[in-house]
Formats: sequence, structure tokens, C-alpha cells
Amino acid sequence: MRRVVALYRSSVGKKVLMAVTGFVWFGFLLAHMAGNLGAFLGQEHFDAYAEHLRVVGEPMLPEYSALWAFRAVLIATFIAHVVLAWQTSRQSHQARAVGYRKQENLSFSPASRFMRWGGVLILVFLVYHILHMTTGTLHPDFIAADASGHNAYHNLVTGLSNPLVAAFYVLALTAVAAHLFHGVWSLMQTLGAAHPKYKHLRRPVATIVAALVFLGFVSVPVSVLAGILR
Amino acid sequence: MNLTLHIWRQDGPRDGGAFQTYQAKDISEHASFLEMLDVVNEELIKAGQEPIAFEHDCREGICGSCGMMINGVPHGPRGMIATCQLHMRIFNDGDEIWIEPWRATAFPVIRDLVVDRGAFDRIIDAGGYISVRTGSAPDANATPVHKHDADRAMDAATCIGCGACVAACPNASAMLFTAAKVTHLGLLPQGQTERYARVVDMVHQHDAEGFGNCTNHGACQEACPKGISIDTIARLNRDLMVASWAAAGE
Ligand code: HEM
Ligand code: FES
Repeated sequence: MRRVVALYRSSVGKKVLMAVTGFVWFGFLLAHMAGNLGAFLGQEHFDAYAEHLRVVGEPMLPEYSALWAFRAVLIATFIAHVVLAWQTSRQSHQARAVGYRKQENLSFSPASRFMRWGGVLILVFLVYHILHMTTGTLHPDFIAADASGHNAYHNLVTGLSNPLVAAFYVLALTAVAAHLFHGVWSLMQTLGAAHPKYKHLRRPVATIVAALVFLGFVSVPVSVLAGILR
Repeated sequence: MNLTLHIWRQDGPRDGGAFQTYQAKDISEHASFLEMLDVVNEELIKAGQEPIAFEHDCREGICGSCGMMINGVPHGPRGMIATCQLHMRIFNDGDEIWIEPWRATAFPVIRDLVVDRGAFDRIIDAGGYISVRTGSAPDANATPVHKHDADRAMDAATCIGCGACVAACPNASAMLFTAAKVTHLGLLPQGQTERYARVVDMVHQHDAEGFGNCTNHGACQEACPKGISIDTIARLNRDLMVASWAAAGE
């Protein structure tokens, strides 16, 4: 913990912590995406997977405990990431209190300029997404899990069959893809990975990762709208 | 050639400041950008007005004092040169040119286009040096340095401290400047003793001066008249992580 505090004290250290927390979420996104793609294997498979998440670790652990431990890590890293984003952004705004009349954009990717607003969009989406697919509060036809098992597939398909909802999912995923396009590259730079032999691979890796995450996630709402997932 | 200039005029640190428009007439295309401003200033003096204050010294791209924002780009649109090395031939007759000082809270405007870059000196004071016995020069090659390291250290050492990196950065961060020095000294055997204290102290001073937080936009390396790479920043980040890790473990 003292090491984390030592990092937190400096601007560079804050970025390191952002990179690490962002990386945790990046890992989660890959797992989440793989889980979603299970919808293409049919309703039974998908519902069984949802049920599996609930009981991971049984009988060693009570049901939901592994899931909640996992959620705790995600919540903590997300909050840390957002708070650090806010603090570092504020530092930067104060550092350029007076702006230019004219300023060319010399940054090498437009995505880097979209991190802060894109991040806010992701945050809004995340709140909606949880109220939509996890608690069902904002879902018009939600069937909660009960003793007979999960209805995740039903909730997924009915939830995304509204074109406006599906469009919002696609919009949010565009922001996530842009965030990763810069974020994955930035993460390697922040963590000091700039070896002359491999540094030219950072851009292609970030591009491929962003494209994969985008296509993997977007395939689900698009397939629901197209009637492929019913 | 004739040009219309919109130049930031500010009487002193506490003055509000505003853009003023000037006509630069009969400018030779062989003139440098600063010579063009000299011509404009002569006209202003003849007309009994205050000349435009701008900083300059070597006029050959090595002192780092002549920085200004030209049409939204530090040192103008050419790339890899300082303002004093910019020639008027890259502009066209009739062009409008906007000229502004560097904008950063850590670089307060002193007058017109002149800003106080003392913050850079204080970052250097915080750790941009090596402690060695001075006196008689050591024998050449007494301390071997790998060619690869020597080249990279020299590339980083070409920083002239002009502040273009800060001026271009959307965050007004001075990370490229700080990282150039950390890389230059940290790659050489003479710089090892203070290597980790240096990075912590310099980054601390960087933050204390009120520079912003680097978010890897890469604008600094585009603006740098010496082409210093943001690879130096990756190196600084690595050294800082090692330093924080080691210090907190003690
Ligand atoms: C409210 C939500 C979010 C906000 C406000 C936000 C904001 C930011 C900001 C301002 C940066 C720094 C930009 C830079 O260093 O270039 C950043 C970096 C990053 N973000 Fe986010 N973000 C959010 C959510 C996420 C999520 C959900 C993920 C996971 C997919 C993520 C992954 C990353 C990564 C990997 C980086 C790069 C870290 C670095 O090198 O500094 N972010 N974010
Ligand atoms: S006047 Fe010295 S670098 Fe331009």
C-alpha cells in the first residue's frame, strides 16, 4: 500500500495507477465479451453460463461470493480510475488556464482527445447497463433469476430488441473502442514499454484490440436487431 | 511580400493583454521570422510606438529563447526548427499570421511574446545534474559508454529548453523536457548515482511548478525543434516506477 501511495503522490504515478486500473477493466472486457458471444451457442448454453457465474467456487465458497469478490475489484478499480482521471484532468486544466486563439492539433490520434468525454459517456452507459441487464430496473420485460435458474438469454434478447436501446449500446461501444485505441497504446507508454525492438508493435496491437472488442460486443445487439438472435 | 500580423500585446505580467493587428510591408522572402519582426518593430519605433517584445539570442537554433506560437504551432509550421530558423519564404504574399506567447500557468507572460521559463531552471535544479569530482579532465574513454546508449543520451541532450513541448501539449505538461534530461543523464554511467532520486525530485518539481499531466498525446514530439522522442517519457515513467517501488519498500 505504501508503494501505491508513493505512486499516487506524483503526476506520473497517478498515470501508472490509471494504466493498471484501466488494464484490469480491459481484461474484464475481454472476459465479458467472450461470455456474451456465448449467446450465439443458444439459450441453454447462455443461461447455464449466467448460472455458473453465480455459483463459481461452490462448494468451497457460498454462492455469489466469488461473483461479489470479483465485482468488488471491478468497482474499486473503476472508482480509482475515474477519480484519477478527474484529478489529472483538473491539474491539466489549471496548467493551461489561458488558452490560445489559434492552436493546431498536433496530437497523433483523435482518440487521445476524446478520453475524458468518452470516459464520461462510458460511465453513463455503465450505470444504465447495470440498471438494464443486471438489476432489470430499466428493463421493460425483465425476468429475475430464481431457483429454476437464469433467464439471461431472454433478458438479453428482449432488452436489445428496442432499436433505440441497441443504438445506445453501439454508441457506448464506439466510445469504449476509441478509449481502448488510445488507452491500450497509452498504457504501454505509461508503463514504460518502449523497447526499440517492439515499440512499433504498440499501435497495431492497440488497433487490433480496439477493433476486436468493438466487433465482438456489437455483434450481439446487431444480431438481435437482425433477428439472428431470438 | 506583404503580411497581416495579429500579435499578442501585453504591457506586463498584470496587464490583461489583447491582439493587435499590424501590416508587415515589403518583407524579403529571405528574411527570417525574427528579422521580419525586427522590420515591423523599426516601423513601430519610427511611429513613436512601443516595439513588440520577443526573446532571442543566438538566432541559430541553439539557445532556445525565441519560442512563440505561430499560427497555432510552436516555432511555426516548418517543424524541427526554432522560430529564428524559420524563413519567410514558407509564407505566401498576403498571408495572415497569428503570433501568441506560450500559454501555460507555469510560464507567466512577462511582456508581449516573452514568457518566464524559470520553471524549467527549477526543474533542472531539482535533479538535472550529476555530482562528480571536477577539476582535471578525465582521460578520454576512461569510462566506456556503449555506442547505443551514447547515441540515445546525445539525442536527449539536444534539448534547448525552449518550451515548445509545453506550448503544444493540450495538458501544458513539461514531461518531454523533464524526460529528456532524465534520459540524457540516466543513460550514462556518470548519471547512475543519482538516477532514481533524480527522477522523483524532477517530477515532483515539475508538478509543483503547475505543469499539467501528460496523457500521451504526442503533440510535444511533433513540436520539438530538436525532434526529441516521447520514448524518453516512457523511460522516465519506468525509472519513476522503480524509484517509487524501491523507496516505499525501504
Ligand atoms: C467514467 C469512466 C472513465 C473515464 C472518465 C476515463 C478517463 C480516462 C482518462 C482521462 C484517461 C487518461 C488518458 C491518457 O492517459 O491518455 C484514461 C486512460 C485509460 N482508460 Fe479510462 N476512463 C473511464 C473508463 C475506462 C474503462 C471502463 C476502461 C476499461 C476498458 C478504461 C481503460 C483505460 C485505459 C487502459 C487507459 C490508459 C491508461 C494510461 O496509460 O494512462 N477506462 N481513461
Ligand atoms: S534565438 Fe536562439 S534558438 Fe532561436
